[in-house]
Amino acid sequence: MPTQKPPQSNAQTPRQEGKWERWRQRWDRIASNRRILPVLLAAGFVLSILIPRFNLVNPYIQLILMYVGINIILCTSLNLINGYMGEFSVGHAGFMAVGAYVSAVLTTMFIPTALNPWLFPLIVVVAGLATGLVGLVVAIPSFKTRGAYLAIVTLAFNMIVKSVIENIEAIGGPRGIPGIEKLTTLPWTFFWTVLAIWVIRNFVYSNFGRGVLSIREDEIASDLMSVNTRQAKLLAFTISSFFAGIAGALFAHLLQFISPRVFDIIKSTDVLIMVYLGGIGSITGSILGATIFTVLLEVLRPLGVWRMVLMPLVLVLLMLFRPRGIMGLREFRWLIPHYQLLAAHLWRKKKEATDAPAAS
Amino acid sequence: MTYFLQQLLNAMQLGSIYALIALGYTMVYGILTMINFAHGDLFMVGAFLCFIAATFLKLPFVPTLLLSMAGVALLGVAIERVAYKPLRQAPRVSAVITALGVGLFLENFTLVFSPYPQHVPALIANRTWTIGGVSISSLQIIIILLSIALMIILDLVVRRTMVGMAMRAISWDKSIVPLMGVPLDLIISITFAIGTSLGAAAGTMYSLAFPVIDPYMGILVGWKAFISAVVGGIGNIRGAMIGGFILGGVEIMVAAFMPSTYRDFVAFGLLLILLIFRPYGILGKPRPQKV
Repeated sequence: MPTQKPPQSNAQTPRQEGKWERWRQRWDRIASNRRILPVLLAAGFVLSILIPRFNLVNPYIQLILMYVGINIILCTSLNLINGYMGEFSVGHAGFMAVGAYVSAVLTTMFIPTALNPWLFPLIVVVAGLATGLVGLVVAIPSFKTRGAYLAIVTLAFNMIVKSVIENIEAIGGPRGIPGIEKLTTLPWTFFWTVLAIWVIRNFVYSNFGRGVLSIREDEIASDLMSVNTRQAKLLAFTISSFFAGIAGALFAHLLQFISPRVFDIIKSTDVLIMVYLGGIGSITGSILGATIFTVLLEVLRPLGVWRMVLMPLVLVLLMLFRPRGIMGLREFRWLIPHYQLLAAHLWRKKKEATDAPAAS
Repeated sequence: MTYFLQQLLNAMQLGSIYALIALGYTMVYGILTMINFAHGDLFMVGAFLCFIAATFLKLPFVPTLLLSMAGVALLGVAIERVAYKPLRQAPRVSAVITALGVGLFLENFTLVFSPYPQHVPALIANRTWTIGGVSISSLQIIIILLSIALMIILDLVVRRTMVGMAMRAISWDKSIVPLMGVPLDLIISITFAIGTSLGAAAGTMYSLAFPVIDPYMGILVGWKAFISAVVGGIGNIRGAMIGGFILGGVEIMVAAFMPSTYRDFVAFGLLLILLIFRPYGILGKPRPQKV
């Protein structure tokens, strides 16, 4: 099990011959070996190039893989606000819509078709930057309002974005933009997913990230401790919306058709469910939540209409038995910085040493 | 001028429906500090119960309304007992996500049995009077008067009876008040029953005013009612009533005097501006924060 236990701290239990215990130790050895991570990432990237080139798996599974990637980006970026900052943002689809529309307008109207595949990474970045700017605007009300009030600011933002898009005839209005070129490929999805996880993980464990965490615990106290809460909120909202925009751009060029109705409040609810399914304040949780939600919806497809009845039931049952989501606040060991693991390890050793005489 | 008065009447009709639903949000928030996102879908269930009672049981208006209110109140209490009660000690967001899940479940469960939009028969003989150029239908009068009557009754219950006093006490302090002999679970169940039955009354009247109903109708109306509860100051009962009428008024007036596609844009923009000046809603007071 991925826990925050440092390496080698696995206490020697008497029942070592149990099969379960052996598997646990084996897993522990893998999880504590960080050098596997770059190897795995390189292998994943090579695989993501090979799979579409040689059709290793059927196109349907490739499509699902890409959706999983996009959902991981969305989920991790929302987790930054809802999990790490402790706010309740319900308008993530609004940010996604901005990114999707900026990129789709660029590829269908401004850039010649021949250049599209070459400029696509740049277009995605531009879409992300534009969404980041919009995120700045939403961050400003968050200085004063919190809780349910900030929730309706983001909710109203989502509805306003949808309404504005519906009213601009030049970008299709309520009919949306059809016939977008399919530019999202598996390697690019993989690259952006890894980048999103990497950036957000580094942000969370940086000094700014500590500021964001302190806002979740107590905003006034952190303000008094001279944490620049405004700067932390601005950064969190901008980074989160930047990646939501990137996910939107990838989504638009995968679905090949976008309309304002795609990005309504139901889409936002889906992302919320993924975040809380996986566990707030945990990047591993976001990855797991997005993957499980997306894959489960596809696996249950044979059930037809009942799939959508079963899915919420699973969610409610999970919340009843694990109110903090699958991962809770825990994190997979590879995603925690090494010095922190070391500190936890030293602390545990010290505690064992001081506890031992008291117990005997 | 008559056009304005006519639209004002429509605004009253829509606003009273929003206000009734917003009351459910605000009562549950006041007592449990949790946003019951399943409330919009309970409103939808109310509309569907009205459809069943009117179409299959052929009941007249008053029994239909009572049946729908009682059915949804039972459902609301059951949901609270099964899905929210185990989570009272858990973080608030888990309960909110559970509520989202319950809402999705209600939508899709209804969708399985009614994949197509349904048409609700007219239960009230449609008569129209014209007073000074403004035409008033019997349905509008019933909706407005009935919702105002329900709101007055609720206000009296909350302010004048023992149950209401217990509700206010629990929303003040959830850990001390049960020690004084107030049955916490019972009062929370009563709150849920009252709040959801008001939502069902709104659903019944909504389905009579706009007779085509579908399982997803609760989403948008529910979110809008939530917005009006927050605009009035969430947790405040009179605030929810005012917020509902304000949102209904703004929506109808924007649609009446501007292109109707601007409705959401202008209405929510205005609400955001209002929140800048009153960050805790119209009647809400900021809770003192301790460090």
